[in-house]
Amino acid sequence: MSKVQSKVQVTMKVNGKAVDALVEPRTLLIHFLREQLNLTGPHIGCDTSHCGACTVDLDGKSVKSCTLFTVQANGADLLTIEGMAAADGTLHALQEGFREMHGLQCGFCTPGMIVRAHRLLQENNNPTEDDIRMGISGNLCRCTGYQNIVKAIQFAAAKLNGAPFQEAAE
Amino acid sequence: MNDQTPTSAQRAEALQGMGCKRKRVEDIRFVQGRGNYVDDIKLQGMLYGDFTRSPYAHARIKNIDTTKAAAVPGVVAVLTAETLKTVNLAWMPTLAGDVQMVLADGKVLFQNQEVAFVIAEHPYIAADAVDLVEVEYEQLPCNVDPFKAMAPDAQVIREDLKDKTEGVHGKRKHHNHVFNWQMGDKDGTDAAFKNADVTINEMISYHRVHPCPLETCQCVASFDKIKGELTLWGTFQAPHVIRTVGSLISKIPEHKIHVIAPDIGGGFGNKVGAYPGYICAIVASIVTGRPVKWVEDRIENLSTTAFARDYHMQTEIAATKDGKVTGLRVYTIADHGAFDACADPTKWPAGFFNIVTGSYDFPVAHVAVDGVYTNKAPGGVAYRCSFRVTEAAYCIERAMDILAQKLKMDPAELRMKNLIRREQFPYTSALGWEYDSGDYHTALTKAMDAVGYKKLRTEQKARQDAFKRGETREVMGIGVIFFTEIVGAGPSRNCDILGIAMFDSAEIRIHPTGTAIARLGTKSQGQGHETTYAQIIATELGLPADNISIEEGNTDTAPYGLGTYGSRSTPVSGAATAMAARKIKAKAQMIAAHLLEVHDDDLEWDVDRFRVKGTPERFKTMTELAWAAYHGVPPGMEPGLEAVSYYDPPNMTYPFGAYICVLDIDVDTGVTKVRRFYALDDCGTRINPMIIEGQIHGGLTEAFGIAMGQEIRYDDEGNVVTASLMDYFLPTAVETPKWETDWTTTPSPHHPIGAKGVGESPNVGGVPCFANAVNDAFGFLGATHIPMPHDHWRTWMAADKLGLHA
Repeated sequence: MSKVQSKVQVTMKVNGKAVDALVEPRTLLIHFLREQLNLTGPHIGCDTSHCGACTVDLDGKSVKSCTLFTVQANGADLLTIEGMAAADGTLHALQEGFREMHGLQCGFCTPGMIVRAHRLLQENNNPTEDDIRMGISGNLCRCTGYQNIVKAIQFAAAKLNGAPFQEAAE
Repeated sequence: MNDQTPTSAQRAEALQGMGCKRKRVEDIRFVQGRGNYVDDIKLQGMLYGDFTRSPYAHARIKNIDTTKAAAVPGVVAVLTAETLKTVNLAWMPTLAGDVQMVLADGKVLFQNQEVAFVIAEHPYIAADAVDLVEVEYEQLPCNVDPFKAMAPDAQVIREDLKDKTEGVHGKRKHHNHVFNWQMGDKDGTDAAFKNADVTINEMISYHRVHPCPLETCQCVASFDKIKGELTLWGTFQAPHVIRTVGSLISKIPEHKIHVIAPDIGGGFGNKVGAYPGYICAIVASIVTGRPVKWVEDRIENLSTTAFARDYHMQTEIAATKDGKVTGLRVYTIADHGAFDACADPTKWPAGFFNIVTGSYDFPVAHVAVDGVYTNKAPGGVAYRCSFRVTEAAYCIERAMDILAQKLKMDPAELRMKNLIRREQFPYTSALGWEYDSGDYHTALTKAMDAVGYKKLRTEQKARQDAFKRGETREVMGIGVIFFTEIVGAGPSRNCDILGIAMFDSAEIRIHPTGTAIARLGTKSQGQGHETTYAQIIATELGLPADNISIEEGNTDTAPYGLGTYGSRSTPVSGAATAMAARKIKAKAQMIAAHLLEVHDDDLEWDVDRFRVKGTPERFKTMTELAWAAYHGVPPGMEPGLEAVSYYDPPNMTYPFGAYICVLDIDVDTGVTKVRRFYALDDCGTRINPMIIEGQIHGGLTEAFGIAMGQEIRYDDEGNVVTASLMDYFLPTAVETPKWETDWTTTPSPHHPIGAKGVGESPNVGGVPCFANAVNDAFGFLGATHIPMPHDHWRTWMAADKLGLHA
């Protein structure tokens, strides 16, 4: 139990870049991202896979990186919040939407929330409010009450669809 | 130069000052994952600390054997109380004037109490070794019920205080007693009850909850042996207080302690206090000579660092038969856990609980609070509220509904009848507070009109009749509340923490090119201070908000301040910001007069410039004056353009609001659907309406969580059974209702910009509003007071108790 296990090699693509690393087999993906790759955007908010602050995109699926071993991501294509903006620094429509609609406060849930919303919009490019609420229900936010997060995702959906964003009447 | 266009209005708009929905500055980094939180800090040679914790709520420690843990490769040291005693740190003072074990000394007093601190090269190794610390316990009977803890033969919890009859807040009447605190006119109140037409008497309990910010408490301590200096990064809502307390505890001179609070992932009161993890990380860094990081996990967070509420309030109202209140009497048992670690101002062991007369004109009142030790985690923090204010608001707002029910009056009508009238402000309450300003009737009327209150009651009546006829199994509830908060602690005459007056501060420096930096003693945890403080300065000084940086959380650079909690940032530091800006403006006016060769009094302020009265084309903009301050000041004047203000508020501020909730409950499942929630808030002058609305949304969601499901619950053995997010309810986007927000504006007369603070109002008003709605739904079936939390199971049980499943 207390013996450090011998390391194993993993290779994967993270935010478009090839990564080749040695990890202890028990290393959780979130710790690998944060500690070894210095991608500190994904956060740790609980021990039980409830909060979603650690959400990243793995081979086209939202995953909670606190609940996967790094070795399970061997060969995978990963996207974290750090890979959302364009190479020239232009913010993704979701990043813009969260700011425009005041969809964040302390910012701790935001990276996971945006990456999750990104996958949601890939699966459904024109979600209803209920679709969005259900779609982000694995990501907890303690600050915003979600109302403006919903608007931020609607803003992004409209922008990505080339449609004008209209705030629903309160 | 001297261009009169754009107009004053256009120039004012371009500043993005007070009143505009300025987009947040902080978001740029947060949306890209570039925030800098404590756990993101990585230092050369950093070690990691982790706790061995007690499985028992009450046990004597017979022996601790760290041999196996220390032998794990990668473990650097293991601290126990015995080690800490060598540096006199086995116990630490609490903010409430009590002492608390840093590591268990002889006994453990609550489950998950810190017993040993393992320091290792890697967090996984520390976690492995934590399990190898061998502790021999002798279990003792435990007590998690504050009423039973006060029984004459109850087990002694705090052996260190066993023979002390005098506590820091006066006489102790029992070995598990912390303090007795009273306020008001006891005899006068007793007389009012004797002469009353109608009285109500109800035990109103506010259950134990936890603020549960998404980021837990954490720190990195780095002690430099050569310089004898400590740098401490941490999730601190009050960095300067941590520095001072840290110096007093560690004996490291205060100028050699550097406390830095980087970005904080929510606080809600959880991050005000000092916790054993901080002390252990500091000691570990001193012992090892290397930086030490401590990050608590969620279970540790929910079960050890701070709790909120656990107030049990026996509440009585006296009234005339036509519904005029004549007296209020509240006797409270307050469960403080094993150590009194409340984060209240020192002279207020029950916080500002004497705001319990609420928004109503009670001629007389008396309140008494007994603090009690139990085998539960210490804390008693203000979870998104000013000190014990949400307890008080829940108490009075439930009690007013119970009175209305007894009088067969509409609860809104009863409130209208008793609200303090506009012409009574400033109003001195029966329990001693001076409410600064209010226009309560206007606010409640606006709220009732907005939701169509009368129509809702008509609908409710029809549905009650249908329910009685068996045509529906749903009951409809309408919750109405009116709250008054007391925030912005506070005036030095009655507010201090361990002797430090609760002022706050701002320092503004204008650079030669007309940009600026301001530093403050507060610390944002998501409130958007970097955005809003700049708006205050923009309006005060006529410089664009985008040209003003705001810095908080570094005790080396920020002027001394007491931090952010109790909605004190805007009322205190916001005032200091305006006052510092006004000092700068006064100097700028003298420079302008010099440059324009007129007398100071011949100048008038116009948005972003001083102009000569009667000759508006002759002016100097603030940007020009900034440059001049560094090269062309009048003879005898010091160059430069900066100011510091320490603001000691003359009074608290009193935000208020009227909330209405409409919900439907299925009596066969207990499932509650919130149909509508309308919140009208009056926080005085509004600095950024977008941020205010965001604060209201968030506070209402936390209120929803508390009222409808959150609970830190213990079983009889003292096991905390809701210490993870599997059991502790945090609302998701699916359950969370949609919020409707509204406002009135009644500025504070004593605040430089008239602002009152807003972040906590929705929690204070939201909790009783949900509770009143649930109770209102069952009122026609005979329920008087159904206690929180109103989760589906308990609501089903309440329906069952009323015989609805027969």
